[in-house]
Amino acid sequence: MALFEMTDAFGVVRPCYAEVQRWVDEVGIEGLRGRLKEAETIFRRIGITFAVYGEGGDPERLIPFDLLPRIFAADEWRTLDRGIRQRARALNAFLYDVYHRGEIIRAGIVPADLIYRNRAFEPEMIGFDPPGRVYSHIVGIDIIRTAEGGFQVLEDNCRTPSGVSYMLENRETMQRMFPELFGSVRIAPVDSYPNDLLATLKEVAPAGACGDPTVVVLTPGAFNSAYYEHSFLADMMGVELVEPMDLYVDDDRVWMKTTRGPKRVDVIYRRIDDDYLDPLTFRPDSMLGVPGLFGAYRAGGVTLCSAPGAGIADDKAIYLFVPEMIRFYLSEQPILQNVPTWRCALPDECAYVLEHLHELVAKEVHGSGGYGMLIGPRATRAEIDAYADRIRANPTEFIAQPTLDLSTAPVLGAKEIVGRHVDFRPYCLVGKEMRLSPGGLTRVALTEGSLVVNSSQGGGVKDTWVLED
Amino acid sequence: MLSRTAENIFWMARYIERAESTARLIQMGQRMTILPGPIHREEWRSVLRVTGCDALIEAGRSVSEADIVRLLLLDEKNPSSIRSCMMRARGNGRAVRTALTQDMWEALNDDWRRLESYDTTRARRDLPELLDWVKTRASTLRGAAETGQLRNEGHDFLRIGGALERAEMTLRLLDVKYYVLLPETSVVGGGRDHYQWTSVLHALSAARAYLHVHGGGSYTPWRIADLLILNRQFPRSVSFCFGQIGWHLDRLAEAHGGRKAAHDTVAMMRSELRDRENGEIFEEGLHEFVQNALSITNRLSREIAQAYHFG
Repeated sequence: MALFEMTDAFGVVRPCYAEVQRWVDEVGIEGLRGRLKEAETIFRRIGITFAVYGEGGDPERLIPFDLLPRIFAADEWRTLDRGIRQRARALNAFLYDVYHRGEIIRAGIVPADLIYRNRAFEPEMIGFDPPGRVYSHIVGIDIIRTAEGGFQVLEDNCRTPSGVSYMLENRETMQRMFPELFGSVRIAPVDSYPNDLLATLKEVAPAGACGDPTVVVLTPGAFNSAYYEHSFLADMMGVELVEPMDLYVDDDRVWMKTTRGPKRVDVIYRRIDDDYLDPLTFRPDSMLGVPGLFGAYRAGGVTLCSAPGAGIADDKAIYLFVPEMIRFYLSEQPILQNVPTWRCALPDECAYVLEHLHELVAKEVHGSGGYGMLIGPRATRAEIDAYADRIRANPTEFIAQPTLDLSTAPVLGAKEIVGRHVDFRPYCLVGKEMRLSPGGLTRVALTEGSLVVNSSQGGGVKDTWVLED
Repeated sequence: MLSRTAENIFWMARYIERAESTARLIQMGQRMTILPGPIHREEWRSVLRVTGCDALIEAGRSVSEADIVRLLLLDEKNPSSIRSCMMRARGNGRAVRTALTQDMWEALNDDWRRLESYDTTRARRDLPELLDWVKTRASTLRGAAETGQLRNEGHDFLRIGGALERAEMTLRLLDVKYYVLLPETSVVGGGRDHYQWTSVLHALSAARAYLHVHGGGSYTPWRIADLLILNRQFPRSVSFCFGQIGWHLDRLAEAHGGRKAAHDTVAMMRSELRDRENGEIFEEGLHEFVQNALSITNRLSREIAQAYHFG
């Protein structure tokens, strides 16, 4: 039985959900379903959509929104807050280390092959010191909860984790629609996130920037699935949203083309993959990108957030070593545990995985977004056999984890409140200081029993409340 | 402001204005076809010509309302159709979301796929409602900008794009229909026609304005031409639109500290319009005047693009 977060072991509603339960009783399920329609109309009109291309149907799909908040009590959040910050510190320390002396490899903790032969490792970054020694400025950590294990980290996102706009918009929508609810519960606010993000980005401006640094958000363009978020963040920070063609490099400095002529750019919050940043450095065949951008970065003319090569820290093969990193760099014990993971690169573990594939979740090391994974218990014999063949052909590319009994949160069903599996992604900001909004994005698998919460595969979102003492 | 942003806003304003003008033209055409007499039969042809779509139906074939609805309202392959214009306006807006207010974006985004589901038959049935919807989208966007948008460069480019498109539409209409306004002696296309004159006014929603400006009563070609070209109170007159373009270009010049070729072109056009009396325009030839003004409008669009580093 999955842990249902709304009630305790005896089926009694937990104190943190008491007010919501009272509200549901008062408005009634019928009433709430009517309000849900209203919320969807608001989302559609505002344009909070998620583009999924190449699958037919609506090119700008809505992410389903559930009205019932997912709630963390104050003490639960205190643990999460400490654990998340600790992890973000360790990941940045690791990134500095692997692009410098590689102490963790010399100490025999992480195998050298796993780093230096990893596609996510960026040799161009070796020996370079990014401002503040920060590589990953926005760390999104995916956290799940199980009855046995409590909170556990499923994966880290050190490049450009998306979804934070839903954290803000979900809260905004809830406040707009249910002001009465917010009057009776003390919920920690998350609305300072855009300010915090801007402060973080300015803190890592290159030393040569004079005066107030100019920050921009770099988007691949309106057809990117997360474009709404890019424009939302630029808007909320009051900075320009630029595309690669708006920028050029001259004399190791970056300029944007404006109606008044060129304007200097100091910090780029880029929502573009490493591969498409700079055709001169990364992918000569790419038509995207800003030629010379990486050179300007290395010369200290501009700061890229996140740093190229930061992806080595959120690689699924590296994930296994994060608890070790925490001990190694911070001399602390990990507050948040990893999910048990088998590496198919190791023959013993690979054999175990192949034997137990029907009860495990297997993933590609470099995959993301829930694509390319196998959920053993839900797969057919043929699917399992086919996946096993792929693992045998290329074992280093796969890991496996037990099928986790993710906790469930209350969701508005057709006739009653039902439990659906959820995960959670907080966004930790790392500049000179570390900043963490009390909240994050709760994704929910809206289909009964489903464990896949990715928005590209039919998952929904809900507001996440952290209660204050 | 990013040049790309300025360019997108400029074109967004033009496309939404164009969609609205086309909706007005279709309403005018519908009005004309229900009038008696053979002279109005070719009204749909002139609507095609004003929108620059004349070539889509071979010369000599008569153009029906169904043709117009298909080509000018629904056809996504025709870049001048209302559907294309609205899609492009939305595309331009979406590319510069941060330069629009929430309300402006909602005006572009609300029900944006509405025309996709229509075929010609159903669209003809719902035509009045659909055309009103198009006009409402344009009005809502303008209204949202009026009361919500920062008076920064973005607003200037929005207003310049809108005014330029309006001037051009008025000129194109005059270019196609100038002959109905010629003095009686030199009429090209048949007898003097009250309905023809008012159709020009209706196409620009200027019928009531005409009555107010000229104290009601009789229609004369030179008064109509005067209202549409020289009048400085009527917002679709060439003079008014160039006044607006000039005002906003001056604001840009002040903010940027520099005047460009576009500024000279507008100043030249404004002084010409100011010094003219409409009698003179008729003497020199209405058609020549309109053609010349159209080429100046096109040149101005290019000069603005150059001055502010568009693509």
